[in-house]
Amino acid sequence: MKYLLILLITLLPAISYAGQAKDMAKDPVLEQRMIHLTQNLRCLVCQNESLAASQADLAKDLRQEVRDKMKQGMTDKEIIAFMVSKYGDFVLFDPPMQRNTILLWYGPFGLLLIGLASLVYQLRKRRKSVLEVKMSAEEAQRTAALLNEPKAPQT
Amino acid sequence: MTRFWPFAAFAALVVFLYIGLGRDPHEIPSPLINKPAPTFTLPELYNPAKQFSSQDMKGQVWLLNVWASWCVSCREEHPVLMELSQRHIVPIYGLDYKDTNAQGEAWLREGGDPYTLVATDANGHVGIDFGVYGVPETYVIDKQGVIRYKQIGAITHENLQQKILPLVAELQAK
Repeated sequence: MKYLLILLITLLPAISYAGQAKDMAKDPVLEQRMIHLTQNLRCLVCQNESLAASQADLAKDLRQEVRDKMKQGMTDKEIIAFMVSKYGDFVLFDPPMQRNTILLWYGPFGLLLIGLASLVYQLRKRRKSVLEVKMSAEEAQRTAALLNEPKAPQT
Repeated sequence: MTRFWPFAAFAALVVFLYIGLGRDPHEIPSPLINKPAPTFTLPELYNPAKQFSSQDMKGQVWLLNVWASWCVSCREEHPVLMELSQRHIVPIYGLDYKDTNAQGEAWLREGGDPYTLVATDANGHVGIDFGVYGVPETYVIDKQGVIRYKQIGAITHENLQQKILPLVAELQAK
């Protein structure tokens, strides 16, 4: 009984799979192209969902708009440009490289450089502080004596 | 001194996070600001046989308020619009977005009609042209037909006094 229950629970995700938002898929090729394009566009209503996956009314309308534009013969680039002209760069999940996104694109590398620089600095400092320790003549003698001492037989 | 640096970095992080908290992720800057408003011709709400064209608005400063009977925040905004319309400062044109005429009319009968005219955008195409993603939205459009300001979400007394009315006065003086 317990195992049956466990089996049923493990099967649950398989039957509860929600999948992509479905609309009328009259033309499977066009539909595929539309989904491919809208996966990279943000739904403005539920902002962390893509336009392809969102069930918001606006997302449905925009998917239809994308279909219509594809039927009119617009290229993917032109459609993306249209979306950006209406809703701004915010619709792009993949932000373009431009003046206000330089920090976003290069900031992590900058941080990495700062980290590397401080690491090198710290290591150098440490080496210096290690070198600065000098043995006195007495210590040197003792060290030599210890090193030259015959090894005690191990028991 | 070296002890101070991790603290400074932490403080900077806190400042950034605090700024991030204060920003409303639903307010996305519109790329249409300072661009000519999309032109449209749509049927009027009370008289669907008649068409309203946004071209007729050239030469005056006007507000385009996108609303719908199904929109909850519009109820919050409605009294402010009613008050504004009674002051006769600027004409308010309504765009009934993705709504039925019957429900739109019923809504205005119930709460009063602040609009000089209401056009209906039943399929939401004009909404897409204007980059509408959440009603209510209000556009301030100048005499040349250029969008000067977009209010996302309900108009309140505060943003009316602080932003919209001063801008309208400035645009009307031009």
